[in-house]
Amino acid sequence: MEIFVNERKMVVDNSTTLFELKSKIKPDADVIIINGFQTDADINLQDGDRVSLIKKGEIPDESELRYLMMARHTPGVYEKLQKASVAIAGLGGLGSNIAINLARMGVGTIKLIDFDVVEPSNLNRQQYFIYQIGEHKTNALKDTLLNINPYNTYITENLYITAENAKEILQGYDVIIEAFDKAENKAMLINECVKHFPDKCIIGASGVAGVFDTESLKIHKIGKNIYIVGDMVNEARPGCGLMATRVAVAANIQANLAVRYLLGEI
Amino acid sequence: MNVVVNGEKYTFDKTLSLKELIEALGVNPKSVVVELNRNVVAKEDFDSTYLKDEDKLEIVHFVGGG
Repeated sequence: MEIFVNERKMVVDNSTTLFELKSKIKPDADVIIINGFQTDADINLQDGDRVSLIKKGEIPDESELRYLMMARHTPGVYEKLQKASVAIAGLGGLGSNIAINLARMGVGTIKLIDFDVVEPSNLNRQQYFIYQIGEHKTNALKDTLLNINPYNTYITENLYITAENAKEILQGYDVIIEAFDKAENKAMLINECVKHFPDKCIIGASGVAGVFDTESLKIHKIGKNIYIVGDMVNEARPGCGLMATRVAVAANIQANLAVRYLLGEI
Repeated sequence: MNVVVNGEKYTFDKTLSLKELIEALGVNPKSVVVELNRNVVAKEDFDSTYLKDEDKLEIVHFVGGG
């Protein structure tokens, strides 16, 4: 039968077990993953199984690393996401978290759009570092993403999105994510996308401030393919800040929606 | 004219455009996305879209923060 070991195709005897394979290929491996699941138990291998054998502390060569990074993914997910593209409009508390998790998921092309630079008050919720203060968010985040997963393509655009330039900046992407801060910009972006890309999947957010119960963060579907995440009420205002824990929950609901859409699950 | 907005019933004694409805509800038209009978209405069409009896609307009023 045919199986895959660290993404390389191999022919093995039908009766081969997982542990026999390990002792043959990589006896010093201390992480064994089969079809996305890490295990300590021996089992009989089946035709088409995908096995990853990892030695902790060892940095594998580049051709292996790309796939070992995805060894805990459900089989088939990475291949689909590698072909996909997502544009993220706004790289604050929502956008920076969304970008990092879509990069980890293996979304093949990610466009990062923001006009601003990193400043100290961003660091309570946004995925930047002290040494990046003063850098353009687009460049700072791209650096981080390249360190996390260098096998995706990251495109940056350092500008302020308006009703006039939105179409040109966002066209050609499978999913458009609205991750702005100001209410009017959020509505503007969704309205422009509806006008220019009526069939596109658009994922926005509204009502993510404070540390209110995260169960109040809901997904509101409108039209064909538009999803708005949030409690729709709690805005950032004097006395109600934007903070890491709750903003990141909303961001990752948005990111997970993008993934579900790209996998054809919604 | 009876319409349902965000699940709530509203009665008006004349036919309203979408723009007039948004004004009547006291919502900032620049911060909304409007779904009328499952279709999202382009902002440019708010003025020329007249509501009919029994129309169902979802008016998403965005709040800031992100």
